[in-house]
Amino acid sequence: MSGESLRRATAAELRAAFQSGAATSRAVTDELFAAIEREDGVLGAWLHLRHEEARAEADRADARYATARAAGTAALNELPPLLGVPVALKDLVNLTGTPTTAGSRILEGYISPYDATIAARLKEAGAVILGKTNMDEFAMGSSTEFSAYKKTVNPWATDRVPGGSSGGSSAAVAAFHAPLSIGTDTGGSIRQPASLTGIVGMKPTYGRVSRYGIVAFASSLDQVGPFARTAQDAALLLHAIAGADAHDATSSRSPIDAALLNLPSGDAAASAIRGKRFALPKEYFVAGMEAGVERAVRDAVAALEAAGGIVEEVSLPTTEHALATYYIVAPAEASANLARYDGIRYGASKHGGGDLLNGYLETRGRGFGPEVRRRIMLGTYALSAGYYDAYYVKAQKVRTLIARDFDRIWAAGFDAIVAPTSPQVAWKFGAKMSDPVSMYLADACTLPANMAGLPGVSIPCGLSENLPVGLQLIGKPWSEAELLSISAGYEALTATAAWRAVAPHDLAKLGGGAA
Amino acid sequence: MTWHAVIGIEVHVQLRTVTKMFCPCAIPAEGDLPNSKTCPTCLGLPGALPVPNKAAIEKVLAVGAAIGAAAPATTIWDRKNYFYPDLPKGYQISQLDFPLAEHGTIEVTTSAGTSRVRIRRAHLEEDTARLRHEKGSDGKRSSLIDYNRSGVALLEIVTEPDIRDAETARRYAEELRLLLRTIGAADAEMENGQMRVEANVSIRPSEDAPFGTRTEVKNMNSFRSVEKAIAFEIARQAEVLESGGTITQETRGWDESSETTYTMRAKENSHDYRYFPEPDLPPLAIDPAWLAGIVASIPEIPSARRARYVEQLALSEYDAAVLVGEPRAAALFEASRAADATIDAKTLANWVTGEYLRAANEGAAEPDPVQFAALIGAVSRKEINGTTGKELFAELLGGSFDVRAAIAERGLGQISDDGALKKLASEVLAANPQALADWKAGKQQAMGFLVGQAMKASKGRGDAAQLGTLFKVLLDA
Repeated sequence: MSGESLRRATAAELRAAFQSGAATSRAVTDELFAAIEREDGVLGAWLHLRHEEARAEADRADARYATARAAGTAALNELPPLLGVPVALKDLVNLTGTPTTAGSRILEGYISPYDATIAARLKEAGAVILGKTNMDEFAMGSSTEFSAYKKTVNPWATDRVPGGSSGGSSAAVAAFHAPLSIGTDTGGSIRQPASLTGIVGMKPTYGRVSRYGIVAFASSLDQVGPFARTAQDAALLLHAIAGADAHDATSSRSPIDAALLNLPSGDAAASAIRGKRFALPKEYFVAGMEAGVERAVRDAVAALEAAGGIVEEVSLPTTEHALATYYIVAPAEASANLARYDGIRYGASKHGGGDLLNGYLETRGRGFGPEVRRRIMLGTYALSAGYYDAYYVKAQKVRTLIARDFDRIWAAGFDAIVAPTSPQVAWKFGAKMSDPVSMYLADACTLPANMAGLPGVSIPCGLSENLPVGLQLIGKPWSEAELLSISAGYEALTATAAWRAVAPHDLAKLGGGAA
Repeated sequence: MTWHAVIGIEVHVQLRTVTKMFCPCAIPAEGDLPNSKTCPTCLGLPGALPVPNKAAIEKVLAVGAAIGAAAPATTIWDRKNYFYPDLPKGYQISQLDFPLAEHGTIEVTTSAGTSRVRIRRAHLEEDTARLRHEKGSDGKRSSLIDYNRSGVALLEIVTEPDIRDAETARRYAEELRLLLRTIGAADAEMENGQMRVEANVSIRPSEDAPFGTRTEVKNMNSFRSVEKAIAFEIARQAEVLESGGTITQETRGWDESSETTYTMRAKENSHDYRYFPEPDLPPLAIDPAWLAGIVASIPEIPSARRARYVEQLALSEYDAAVLVGEPRAAALFEASRAADATIDAKTLANWVTGEYLRAANEGAAEPDPVQFAALIGAVSRKEINGTTGKELFAELLGGSFDVRAAIAERGLGQISDDGALKKLASEVLAANPQALADWKAGKQQAMGFLVGQAMKASKGRGDAAQLGTLFKVLLDA
């Protein structure tokens, strides 16, 4: 393997090539860095690259493959699945010795002194960590336009957003800058950009992946998850990062499904759809949904049905309250989570004039961008004496009702909910920047799963206006392997679909305009 | 005019744990370099998360059980939000609505008698960093922050406004410390800030008048200053009211050198801490079996032990208070009784509160309770006299020592045989004719001299009381 094929290979393909000796991790790493060098001036996915460390990691992986190859097949198969596979991290994952900005000026120049649990697990798994990707400041946003550092474009249309907040991670995978990347999803920040850039993105069950070392936005909603170009790859990455962590009291001891390492493929995957029961919630086909998106999603549902899946329309009546509830709970938690950025110990600081209050006001007023300031104010208000019961307490009660809505679906025997991920395809830069609520509405279909702590995945299901559309599958707690198996089944069913042959068509523009 | 004080006490105590409340950092010790006992969690670094310290929770549940408080079926943690440089996360993890203990009592004995102070609640939280303001070598004032203390487990324990005078307030604080030490929850050294006492003080014209405006008094670094500061504050408030003024609700500091309180902070413009449940920590269900195990492991608490010593062992209130007030003394007393249940409790108490505590305060090694019991047994059965007992006690502190063997081998047994003592007395009298002359001249001290000489001649083994009787007979013959 070489050149373009290395760059476009999936993690599973790379693994096989490394085992056979058909390719080396170092060659892939070099190829990806070269592509990034050529194209990121336009793409804008990356905030920090680890040229030397990544190459050293690749060389170490190659040495292990060489040793194992000499020892035989058994030794090769014992090597961790992601050994030598390049991965990108959203720039809110702490990684010792590298900058972590969370897309904010207030963390400009901050170098992490410790590893997030998932970073340590990726190192342990032998993955090659290429660098850190762009994001909306503190993961607040749905277009990555709220990054304090740079604009990330959608490789399908460079005048359009990649979604957000994990837009850098989704764009990097969609543009073949990395086979895998890590995102976080608080209200849709993995699934929505996956949808808008035509890749797979999964938000696991709350507690499935440790949050230790992940810059927090809203603690009760944040989950770390994988981006990949196939369901199988997403499963491999999830398997590497999932599991209980003594550093995160909210991480679950629920066992990790070994099936993640052996997802069905091809006909086996497609035939596994037969007999599965899918709930189609009518509330997810919201007003304002683009006709092309609805058509692609309904076609996907029809394909599942044609493959033997049983689809029934259901009602999740609390769906319409999820957005309002989310915009109380998430900002309330964020208002406290972001209090530590005070300019006292690290990051940008405007202290020193002798007036403590003024130091706080200047540091935070200048260090945070407009959306972060807006949400801190929203959250502070919702927690204030006299408003707490009316907002925060009530929102928590509604949250319980949202979870019960989903419980009823599982009690009725459904295996998964099928729904659109985003009511729209990628929109043009600036289209929603002057109207915060229109930006918030972009997550209307994704944030109920966060409110209920459920796993959700977005997979490509077609094109509308020549731009990717995502199909969302929401499952019961700890059903990640099942969701990804269904996703693999859908991939098999549509393997020859015409839309799958369409590559991100502005890819070519990336290289031409390199800065 | 007579004023009636109403006092409530809020105490913060560092729990005796191996690690901090929410991270694996060790508890800082005297002499640690600043910021050497820190990690991402207690520094509030981006992405760090708290994990609760189970041992700290167990200690608070033990304190709750010891004061007869109720534990919740499930507790949650709350964030208390405010900005200050000593608070790295911008919020303190504390407990608002579901404290680990609620509605207990602590019994307090003062010169006026025994009373009960109701405990409103006791909860767990994390300590803040320590701020130091100083002038640098360039002469500029700067503020330094040491995060070693940040995240240390703190127990906050709050009374109802049940206390009516400064002495009771001091005694409450002392009794609380004793209780915490007895159950091993805390060392609670006030002098180095492990135990911080704050008093809410108000006065009113009569016992049934509504509460007056209160002030909060802080910075009391000893039990003595707790009593003095509250007494001062009561007198100050009385003076203000009597001169037609009004009390301002404020926080006042105690100044040790001038022995006055001063305004630290005017009434805070109703600080809104925006408490809300800590989303990084799941609710904690208190498993009844877990709680029962904790309750079962609580040692006898001081008030119960004092009552037992007085009622069952017939010790004086004073002896009981001294014994129980010194956990190591009570421990030796208990261990000695366990070794030999037949020893006279009063004699044992005298030796423990006397010889033992004197030696212990001078830094002596702890005696082996079995040998100590053998020693006190020999004394109380008059096998040896007090002087010999004290000599043996000194040797006992040196390490391994067999009291019974020493008495037997060295022939230390007290001489109480009448014939032997009579012979001894006659010899001493014959050798000291001047003493007889003095006695005849009415000098009573001659008797003491003779007994002393006889004790000397017997190497301290004579029964001094018996010798006194014998000499009296001989002298008056």
